[in-house]
Amino acid sequence: MARSNKPIVWGPFAAGGTVTALVTPVLILLTLLAGLGHAPDLLAYDAMRAFAGHWLAKLALAGVVFLSLWSAAHRLRITCYDLGVRADTRVATIVYGVALAGTAASVLYLTRI
Amino acid sequence: MSRKPYVRPVTAEWIFRHPRYVRYMVREFSCLFIGSWTLLMVWGLKQLAEGRAAWSVFLDVLKTPESVVFHVLALAFAAYHSVTWFRLAPKALPVQRGEDFVADGVISGAHFAVWAVLSAAVLLLAGAF
Repeated sequence: MARSNKPIVWGPFAAGGTVTALVTPVLILLTLLAGLGHAPDLLAYDAMRAFAGHWLAKLALAGVVFLSLWSAAHRLRITCYDLGVRADTRVATIVYGVALAGTAASVLYLTRI
Repeated sequence: MSRKPYVRPVTAEWIFRHPRYVRYMVREFSCLFIGSWTLLMVWGLKQLAEGRAAWSVFLDVLKTPESVVFHVLALAFAAYHSVTWFRLAPKALPVQRGEDFVADGVISGAHFAVWAVLSAAVLLLAGAF
């Protein structure tokens, strides 16, 4: 039987689904509050620089970005299939490519903080 | 290869055949909001790395009406994803104890409790109150 790459794709999807289910709503609430003029203390420049300056926070931020983008990408790929788009290889290349590029960019920015 | 298999055309019409399919698609579309919001945060990290002025541009963009509307929608879709994910947890992680399986409600309930505690902790630590 041919070996499958499904576990590699599916593992981060499941992990990302759990991470986004647990933390994404409250994180969106933080940026929503900032948008409404009630910015949480953490979003002040000095506080955010200090937070994102710690290696553990960098690791957590990069991890959340990767898992969120990957699980969103995987779901979008399946949704495209459900909607009748049968060019799965092309869709997969694009969505996973964006997820990996976004992760790489966030790692790059985090190293500059 | 002379084989010409029949490929049944698939359209998006099936979604509206049953309310359950609509709910399924709503859940699946949450990925667009979660993905877009995460990319917005990647841009936020870029602005944070560039300095004080760039960061204040990021905060100003968050205050635009478009951003606020997007955030409200994204929050609703993200919360819907959470609810569906935790309701499915007993199917994905069945826990057997002796002869019986732990009741579905206990497993999802535990997930909902962790979600509530974690959300409150993040709000508290981020100084949102």
